[in-house]
Amino acid sequence: MNFTINTTLPWYVLLLPLASAALITLFTRRWKTLSSFISVAAVIASFICSWMIFRRTDPSAAELSWIDIAGVFKVPLGLVLDNLSRTMLLIVSGVGALIHIYSLGYMRDDDGKSRYFAALSLFMFAMFGIVLANNFVMLFIFWELVGFTSYVLIGHWFTRAAAADAAKKAFLTNRIGDFGFMLGILMVWSATGSIVFDDIAPKMSILTSNSGYLTATALLIFCGAVGKSAQFPLHVWLPDAMEGPTPVSALIHAATMVAAGVYMLARVGFLIQASQTALLVIAWIGVFTAIMAALIATQQSDIKRILAYSTLSQLGYMIMAVGLSSNEAAMFHLFTHAFFKALLFLGAGSVILMLHHEQDIWKMGGLAKKLPITFLTFAVGSLALIGCPPFSGFFSKDAVLALAFEHNMSIFAVAVFTAFLTAFYVMRLMVVVFFGKPRSDAARSSDESPFVMTGPLIVLAMLAFIGGFTFFARNFLVVPHEKEMNMVVPALALFAMLAGSALAIFVYRNRTAEAFHVDLVRRRFYFDELYTWLINATQEFLARLSAFIDRWIIDAGAIRGLSGGTWGIGALLRLAQIGNLQAYSFLFGLGIVAVIYFAVLR
Amino acid sequence: MLLLLVLAPIFAALAIILGAPPRKTALGASIFSLFLALLALRQFEESRRSFQYVISFPISTEWHFSFTLGLDGLSLVMVLLATIVTVAAIWFTDKIDKHEHAFYACLLLISGGAIGAFASLDLFFFYAFHELALIPTFLLIGIWGSGNRSAAAWKITIYLAIGSFILLLGLILLYQSLPAPVRTFDLRALKAAAGQIPPDAQRNIYLLLLIGFGILISLFPFHTWAPEAYASAPAPAAMLHAGVLKKFGLYGLLRLAVPLLPAGAQYWSGLLIALLLGNIIYIGLVTIAQKRLDWMLGYSSVMHMGYIFLGIASANALGTIGAATLMFAHGLSIALLFAIAGEIRKRTGTLVLEDLGGLAKVMPFAGLAFGFGAFAAIGLPGFANFAAEIMVFFGAFRNGWDIEHFHTFQIATVLALWGVVISAVYMLRAYRSVFMGAPNERWNQLVDLRIGLRLPATMLIAVSLWFGFFPQQIVRVVAPAFRTYFKTAALP
Repeated sequence: MNFTINTTLPWYVLLLPLASAALITLFTRRWKTLSSFISVAAVIASFICSWMIFRRTDPSAAELSWIDIAGVFKVPLGLVLDNLSRTMLLIVSGVGALIHIYSLGYMRDDDGKSRYFAALSLFMFAMFGIVLANNFVMLFIFWELVGFTSYVLIGHWFTRAAAADAAKKAFLTNRIGDFGFMLGILMVWSATGSIVFDDIAPKMSILTSNSGYLTATALLIFCGAVGKSAQFPLHVWLPDAMEGPTPVSALIHAATMVAAGVYMLARVGFLIQASQTALLVIAWIGVFTAIMAALIATQQSDIKRILAYSTLSQLGYMIMAVGLSSNEAAMFHLFTHAFFKALLFLGAGSVILMLHHEQDIWKMGGLAKKLPITFLTFAVGSLALIGCPPFSGFFSKDAVLALAFEHNMSIFAVAVFTAFLTAFYVMRLMVVVFFGKPRSDAARSSDESPFVMTGPLIVLAMLAFIGGFTFFARNFLVVPHEKEMNMVVPALALFAMLAGSALAIFVYRNRTAEAFHVDLVRRRFYFDELYTWLINATQEFLARLSAFIDRWIIDAGAIRGLSGGTWGIGALLRLAQIGNLQAYSFLFGLGIVAVIYFAVLR
Repeated sequence: MLLLLVLAPIFAALAIILGAPPRKTALGASIFSLFLALLALRQFEESRRSFQYVISFPISTEWHFSFTLGLDGLSLVMVLLATIVTVAAIWFTDKIDKHEHAFYACLLLISGGAIGAFASLDLFFFYAFHELALIPTFLLIGIWGSGNRSAAAWKITIYLAIGSFILLLGLILLYQSLPAPVRTFDLRALKAAAGQIPPDAQRNIYLLLLIGFGILISLFPFHTWAPEAYASAPAPAAMLHAGVLKKFGLYGLLRLAVPLLPAGAQYWSGLLIALLLGNIIYIGLVTIAQKRLDWMLGYSSVMHMGYIFLGIASANALGTIGAATLMFAHGLSIALLFAIAGEIRKRTGTLVLEDLGGLAKVMPFAGLAFGFGAFAAIGLPGFANFAAEIMVFFGAFRNGWDIEHFHTFQIATVLALWGVVISAVYMLRAYRSVFMGAPNERWNQLVDLRIGLRLPATMLIAVSLWFGFFPQQIVRVVAPAFRTYFKTAALP
């Protein structure tokens, strides 16, 4: 492949953020402001390159080689530039650029600002890599790297125990998903002899010849998405990940990284969709996560955690759409969600920062007047999230619901009920945070955020508003259309939305404390407790048992055996009055003599 | 050139004993060796499958016994590793309270012995050089060690002496198994004559080599010397032994057992799989339970041997290339980890996980470097370890694969993959309790690594990242060496 401007352009998108991360880590750690500007410049440059690639009619990229053992194993580094990846590039670099700019304000006085921006740049590199990878191993490389940057950024304030624990938990939970993912990759490669997506697709008949193998492979690959997109049962890390700085929550844990699971499933759709069993499992895991997370969200009091559970729930919708074999609907919801959820997180960040890192919604109240821009943009995000027409979320959620209506009635019923819950917890959040009277000194004395933060809010609000209209969205992706105009689905969705909102407004208007307590839900169905218990009962128990065996049986046994076996030699050495180390030299000499004896005299 | 490379550290050691300034001489000699190794890498022609830079001094033509040195891709990579880690280990050596000359001489002898063993093309010197390197290891632990050093030194001495003897027995039998006219000490001639070793002899010899080398590599259940020795050893000794010298056993398996005794390898494949899973799963669990950083690192190094064994066991080009790459990668990461752990011990006097905490605040560079080492060790992409592990997993999974059922190797690979989760658990836990969390007030006054020490740490990280980004740079050198081992390619 020859290197021209055309074929190297996609590599710039990928490598500019890496260069920024390396530059900051190696040279500019002391100059924090300079570091932050390098990082912002890199992501803006990536965005511009992404836009140029998007405008090209026939883009291509040079292919490099990572490992090449002729005839045995080949891992190329190639980039796919189809519509899917180019749209995703735009989403990632666009939202990424806005959040980088916002971070300039949010992290202005942070001690670890250079580390923060270096990690953010490294994240952009890894995320672009996931989007562009043309084969499984390359995808996996960036997949794990994204997990690593997420670890670094969640643990940014590493002296806080909660942040340090959350970072560790996120990485380990993702590793469990990646265990399955890698196994799935191994199974694909063993059967087809290739890891490149385009080469596997024509060889699918080998996989489909054994349906058990195919289903196992598809579900194992799905495991990767379960970890990264925080689906049940590996969802537990995402709410804890909110310990990271809020822009990180917006970028990584709402708009891009967690959506990577959905993107990956769309990328390997040819494989997933070959197995009906796998699809059914995927759809149910998605919808189950959606309703479970929505239920939990209704009882949380931390503003970021509410949004985190909402993210889980919306990701559930996307996974469900994948399971109902519509990558278009999944990607459409991913597209709109990236805007409105990033917006909501950044809005929450603005509130949190202006209230001096207060995250408890019951200590807020009446903020609509104090932070007008934040309020208005947050309201746009909320309306999009609950699916209020004509905001973007309405269209994409409708596409997902229509899909469920078409394929599976029970999934559809759960999904509509989830929409009702969504409206309920979002309106609860709005009412408690922005209306009523301020309930703390911080809330009474707060101010609006600086423009470097409100600017990105306004841009995102506009995107969250128009993102769902066909005239806008069709430039970027295939907007799914229902086969026949169906009024039942939007009507039911609207009803669920209005009922949920009305109920929340009715219950929480003028409230100063939680109206009702459902412990099971508030404690997140005790998943964390269950997992802790499980880990203690299995891994920790086995670890302690193994350590005991190693110390008192294997080691002690070996020593005893050795001392018995060497007793004869030891006695001999004692006769010769020499210590152990000299004895060794002696034995060594003896060994040489023995070699020569055998070699020569025999 | 190769002769100079092997003899430079040994001569430098002699010079130091005779009174040359220890640190300067040692550092000079080790950097000189590294330079020569890099030169050898640069001029290496991977298209030639035979050994290169061969130099030979016949001792007895009648017995085909000579002092012969030469490099193929595998030994070149190992020599490169040895020289890199030697520079780092010597650089990280701090003030030595007693017998400073002897300390540096010991380090150089380990290095020279290891390089000599990797470069020897003669069975006798292959063995003798390794023994030469072992003795200073024992001395370093026994004299300059910390904690319960005499017990640790005693244990490692007995263990490795027994391992060496079993190995010696195996080598003698190997020599004898050939018909008298073709008996030779020359590794190249041995390989050419390997077809004449009868299968039952292959089985017996393979078992002896497996156990003999296995003890040296801390193959389960012969591993208990390792964590104790590494915990007691001074950091540079732990770096050199865990990083380089331990790889001698693996190198021996790849150099002798795999190509010369294929029937033996196949016969004992089940046993090897069982033992290496002991390394990965069982030792992995033991590692989780450790309460001290140095013990944790020692056990983790034992655990990671399991992956290299898996690559060796997979008996195809891909797996063995992965194993060789992993030997290189693991040497870098474990040396870095032991170096940083040693610096922490120097400052705090303790490596008990519970007593430490928040150190990244007061020692940011140490936190960064240890983080790099830790993530390299647990196979994060970008580091050489990941590229190597990928090849090991693909190679092992492919062995005996069919679409209907999972067989031994597929199940072993699944379990080994779970080991990747286990290793993340103990590494991140240790990192969490040493470097993250609220800083303990006791450690507020600690100073970070001085600029001089950041250089060798950065070097280790840079090499690991370089080969992690460009693994082909190792693969292209190593692959020809293994091409001749296996007749069948790994793919349908």
